[in-house]
Amino acid sequence: MTDRTADILPQDQSLGRVSDQLTGIPLHFPTRRRWWIAMIIASALLLLLVISTTALFTRGVGIWGINIPVNWAFAIHNYVWWLGIGHAGTLISALLLLTGSEWRNSLNRFAETMTLFAVICAGIYPVLHLGRPWYLYWMFPYPATMGIWPQFRSPLEWDIWAVLTYLTVSLAFWYTGLIPDFAAARDRSRKRGWQIFFGITSLGWRGSAAHWQRWQQAYRVTAGLAVPLVVSVHSEVSLLFAAGQIPGWHSTIFPPYFVLGAAFSGFAVVAIIAIALRSLFALGNLVTDDHLDVLGKVLLACGLMTGYGYLFEVFDALYSGGAHEMRTLSDRLTGAYAWTYWGAIAFNFVPLQGLWWRSVRRSGWMLLSISISVAIGMWLERYMILVTSLYRDFLVSSWGAFTPTFWDWSTYLGTIGLFLVPFLLAIRFIPMISIFETEELLHKEQERPHG
Amino acid sequence: MAEHPFGLLGEFATPEALLAAARKAREVGYRNLDAFTPFPVEGLAKVLRLPTPRISIVGLAGGLAGAAIALLMQLYVNYDYPLDVGGRPLYALSAFAVVVFELTILVSALAMIIAMLWQNGLPRLNHPIFSARHIARASKDRFFLCVLAEDAAFDSEKTAAFLQSAGALSVELVSS
Repeated sequence: MTDRTADILPQDQSLGRVSDQLTGIPLHFPTRRRWWIAMIIASALLLLLVISTTALFTRGVGIWGINIPVNWAFAIHNYVWWLGIGHAGTLISALLLLTGSEWRNSLNRFAETMTLFAVICAGIYPVLHLGRPWYLYWMFPYPATMGIWPQFRSPLEWDIWAVLTYLTVSLAFWYTGLIPDFAAARDRSRKRGWQIFFGITSLGWRGSAAHWQRWQQAYRVTAGLAVPLVVSVHSEVSLLFAAGQIPGWHSTIFPPYFVLGAAFSGFAVVAIIAIALRSLFALGNLVTDDHLDVLGKVLLACGLMTGYGYLFEVFDALYSGGAHEMRTLSDRLTGAYAWTYWGAIAFNFVPLQGLWWRSVRRSGWMLLSISISVAIGMWLERYMILVTSLYRDFLVSSWGAFTPTFWDWSTYLGTIGLFLVPFLLAIRFIPMISIFETEELLHKEQERPHG
Repeated sequence: MAEHPFGLLGEFATPEALLAAARKAREVGYRNLDAFTPFPVEGLAKVLRLPTPRISIVGLAGGLAGAAIALLMQLYVNYDYPLDVGGRPLYALSAFAVVVFELTILVSALAMIIAMLWQNGLPRLNHPIFSARHIARASKDRFFLCVLAEDAAFDSEKTAAFLQSAGALSVELVSS
């Protein structure tokens, strides 16, 4: 995928300058005003989430638009969407580390940070959807006075293990990668508060050769575990659907279809964040047009594979010949919620075709617009998968409809605040581009014989 | 300076200079060597003859432990409270596979990261090396070779002269 002889970083910069530039972002924060504006908007959204969940806990899930038959709607649909976004961070970080794709080094840190907070946004949704969230602990096996245990033969029970494992491993992997950079920031900081903060977070790292050797082994093997973990987590999420009998869900294509769609939406959000950070902090020398070019190619590839999933879903329904499968297919294409199906197709795949052109991939604004379109398209796709299957199932007597209420929307917008507030704090307080990996790559490229 | 020094620290501008100096130090008979670098330097562990780390074995053990815990837990809860769902098997290994897989990875990854920190002696509040004047640049753009005082061939004057001759930009005696 990457041309191994080409350099991705401009060669006319020294290791010291790169280190100063990247540690300088938290230590001498450049764009305070824009950061505060973003933070105020994000905090307002977070406040909206607090209000929405308070209303939810006081009045119950009835304030949402869910009903019988559409008992899974915004909560589960946004859960799948957020979790999918998170997966690209792990894929960039772990998969591309193992394949030696060095262009990842400018992107992996904020992609992993994005993963952490996206998984948190995802994780709260099933809890909110419980109806009685204070009984969450019933999901864990503990010797209850009632004498019963959680049901381990149900995908709903697998879910909490998968998401909590994913969150914990992502956090541990992220922190392990951060330790050397915390040490770099500690050594550059001049103010007492920063020295204490980075002194504690760097755990006393001193860059000893023996330490690096153990660190590398631990980091690489954990990366090797993280890749199958991503695939397993989103496959497990798809089993929440595929293990049921609902037409439109009960299909073997679901695990790969979900994993690819997750990577698709995630890479789109990585591109959005990369372009935003690059212009905010003048990082054009580290997040180069070549990075955008590669991201554009990956986005296009994931999009085409997701498109294959769409085709095969239709083929699957037609080939099954099942009356209910055909009914759901026609509901999707022409029913009351056909706008979600055609909207998903239009937002996901039409602007995407621009990425066949190199000049589009290398233009920040074009890639940004396409990525935003993909994020919206994948949101519509998850909506479509949820609602079009549920609103008309086997019995005509149980057909219904779903309309999102104010509280559905406010909770969803609130989770965007839940994502943005910690993400903005991370940008403010920790090095958002991996310093030592960038230096390592820059040194390698400078040493490589040219011409 | 100090009566019991920690070692002598030589500063180098590039990883290549550090590697060359480390090689020379091995040749003239120094054995207790350490290096401090801003990023992992390829081949350095081999030159310094550092033992191969065994983090991956800890990972394997953690993975096996996680799988065993997950499997035994799921078997036990189904034994303790058998719930017949339409005659489906109680001990349904295919249904247990997901949680077994997740816990395998969870315990394995955590075990490796904890083992890495444990074997590196981290977290740790201070270390003699931090008293060296230039050591802050070990996280930026300088590469340091340290001959530890416990080395049999260590002699504060001769070793300093050796580091100078190996091309060190600066040589400093670090007190313990």
